[in-house]
Amino acid sequence: MTHDRPLLCVENLKVYFQSNGARAHAVDGISFEVREKETVCIVGESGCGKTVSALSILGLIPTPPGEIVDGQIIFSGQNLINLDEKAMQKIRGNHISMVFQEPLTSLNPVFTIGDQIGEAVRTHQQIDTEALFQYCVQLLNDVGIPSPKQRINDYPHQLSGGQRQRVMIAMALACDPDLIIADEPTTALDVTVQAQILALLRSIQKKRSMSVLYISHDLGVVSAIADRIYVMYAGIMVEQGNTDQIFRSARHPYTQGLLASLPSPSKRGKRLHSIPGTVPNPAYKPKGCPFHPRCRQKILSCQQEYPGMCDYGEGHLARCPVLFKPKGYPG
Amino acid sequence: MESKNKNNHSILRIEGLKKYFPIRRGFLQKIHGWVKAVDGVSFEIEQGKTMGLVGESGCGKTTVARLILKLLESDAGKIIFQGHDIRRFSEKEMKPYRKEIQIIFQDPFGSLNPRMTIGQSIEEGIRILGNKHATNRKERLETLLSMVGMSSDSSDRYPHEFSGGQRQRIGIARALSVEPSLIVCDEPVSALDVSIQAQIINLLKDLQDQLGLSYLFISHDLNVVGYLCNTISVMYKGHIMEFASSEDIFNHPHHPYTISLLSAIPDPDPDIKWHVKPSNGHIGDSDVVPEGCKYQDRCTIAETACLKDKMVFEKVRENHFVRCWKAAKNHGSSPD
Ligand SMILES: Nc1ncnc2c1ncn2[C@@H]1O[C@H](COP(=O)(O)OP(=O)(O)OP(=O)(O)O)[C@@H](O)[C@H]1O
Ligand SMILES: Nc1ncnc2c1ncn2[C@@H]1O[C@H](COP(=O)(O)OP(=O)(O)O)[C@@H](O)[C@H]1O
Ligand code: SF4
Ligand code: SF4
Ligand SMILES: [Mg+2]
Ligand SMILES: [Mg+2]
Repeated sequence: MTHDRPLLCVENLKVYFQSNGARAHAVDGISFEVREKETVCIVGESGCGKTVSALSILGLIPTPPGEIVDGQIIFSGQNLINLDEKAMQKIRGNHISMVFQEPLTSLNPVFTIGDQIGEAVRTHQQIDTEALFQYCVQLLNDVGIPSPKQRINDYPHQLSGGQRQRVMIAMALACDPDLIIADEPTTALDVTVQAQILALLRSIQKKRSMSVLYISHDLGVVSAIADRIYVMYAGIMVEQGNTDQIFRSARHPYTQGLLASLPSPSKRGKRLHSIPGTVPNPAYKPKGCPFHPRCRQKILSCQQEYPGMCDYGEGHLARCPVLFKPKGYPG
Repeated sequence: MESKNKNNHSILRIEGLKKYFPIRRGFLQKIHGWVKAVDGVSFEIEQGKTMGLVGESGCGKTTVARLILKLLESDAGKIIFQGHDIRRFSEKEMKPYRKEIQIIFQDPFGSLNPRMTIGQSIEEGIRILGNKHATNRKERLETLLSMVGMSSDSSDRYPHEFSGGQRQRIGIARALSVEPSLIVCDEPVSALDVSIQAQIINLLKDLQDQLGLSYLFISHDLNVVGYLCNTISVMYKGHIMEFASSEDIFNHPHHPYTISLLSAIPDPDPDIKWHVKPSNGHIGDSDVVPEGCKYQDRCTIAETACLKDKMVFEKVRENHFVRCWKAAKNHGSSPD
């Protein structure tokens, strides 16, 4: 598999929120890229800035209280930051779609699913009623909704959670996007349904050669679908690499800790590793390495110096100089 | 299940437990049918051990929990706790048992009074125990807080001042305050981040070792259940489909539903290939329950016999039961 050309390239993105006095550094200088036909995952615990990163790409950060204070978001050679709303709508209607975590709240309860998919289609192409109907049925069929010709007249509440998520994916596909951003699309679903949705996303992506930016807190899910992974903590990227690099030879203490914390039947009888403490409040992040209060490997300088990215080669990077230079650091 | 009198060590045994909820429709709210939320559930929890109850959303797990705690009245069956069938006990007869069975929830926030300090919430439980700890209530409070890894200065603070993981610790401290012997844990770590989840799981395990607690652990996360539980009951549409030790459930699953659940877990081990075919079988969550096997509409090996006959819970090995005639036929004939 080669995915060479970058489709989306985010550089040094900073998104801050002003809330009663304190300034929350929700996203604090992240860089990542999604190449053509690639599935990239951003994984991290709640509050680390995953959703804010996704919303920034689509120009959906509520301003105020939010503000993109720095960085670039280059999509197909165009910087999306400071794009006017009309141009942004064009991007959203034709090139990038998003699937959210809770399909019930993102579908409108008073319209049928056919109306809503139809609306999504019409924002990006002129099409007559009969062709529109056929296209919507086709989309519902593609995402595995049984008897789509009848189901097209259903209201959201008549569908199961998994079916609603399929409808959301159908809507996201309606504009034939180059990139789908999926923000925890299976978190509210049962494992069996989740497995189907993941398999569906994968097969659609292959068929349509799209790129997918998949956001999740679930390392199991991520390992199942990712080509490349970014591990996020407290608003920054702490490690990146392909699935093997992250799951077999994680280099950052946080990634290592997360993997070791996962319960599984094979660990029965052994004590689970746990990362002490909690995720910092983004308004009061510790100085230096934001992970240092929870890190068992920290040294004095970790409390002062912001850690740089260390390159392990072949695209594997980790933001922990302490482990990178075991001897003599910091000199 | 049919296992006889090896229950000297069982703290809780459920037999044929049922709860049907009426479906009411129309202006007169006439009863149109029944949601068979719990439809003849049987299982057993050994003293000092943990039984996992797994299954998808809506299969009846929480209802089972509420029936055991008698927060909800059951329609039939037995709830044998420490040798007594408490199912039809009056409020008064229940009194000595109430404190023995406690529950912790997915979101402990909902169960903590927002206007009471943490200390006040926990002390309520200590008071219920009567004079046993009356003289040194403060001391007991500190012991409880330290048992769950909280500092004693947290007792003057209010629930909203704590994170999800801390609130779960407080919920556990409150459950422990009445010195129960069985704790029903309804999705206690589902809302927590991985790193916090591990802390709480370790805590539950430590407390079990220290206090000899028994747990009924409800979860939809098979990795958590497989890690923590001694035995597992797999539930589907109000029925227990399979019961066995954790090892047997993971290594020798028999029921087609258990097998499909296990294959759906994405495993973070890169050496394990994860294949799930995008089945076009609709995973319906309709309340209409078919005759015969409740799994028939999703089962890939269903036959005509599955559509009619009521499935029985059959023993396939020692301490391993399955509600599927095909699975039982393939494996049940061998003597154990
Ligand atoms: N008070 C009630 N009245 C009517 N139906 C109910 C009531 N409580 C539960 N049910 C129904 O009983 C079934 C089982 O519900 P229950 O809450 O036990 O599921 P669960 O397995 O705990 O699901 P989850 O994993 O989503 O928590 C569902 O169909 C539910 O809608
Ligand atoms: N509209 C908002 N106003 C204020 N703070 C916000 C807003 N949206 C997000 N944040 C804050 O930004 C941080 C990152 O949030 P988010 O990206 O939603 O995290 P997650 O990684 O769970 O998706 C959190 O601390 C959150 O409280
Ligand atoms: S930089 Fe220091 S504190 Fe941060 S992860 Fe590395 S060792 Fe730990
Ligand atoms: S009884 Fe029949 S339908 Fe039910 S699980 Fe067994 S084979 Fe499948
Ligand atoms: Mg989010
Ligand atoms: Mg429940």
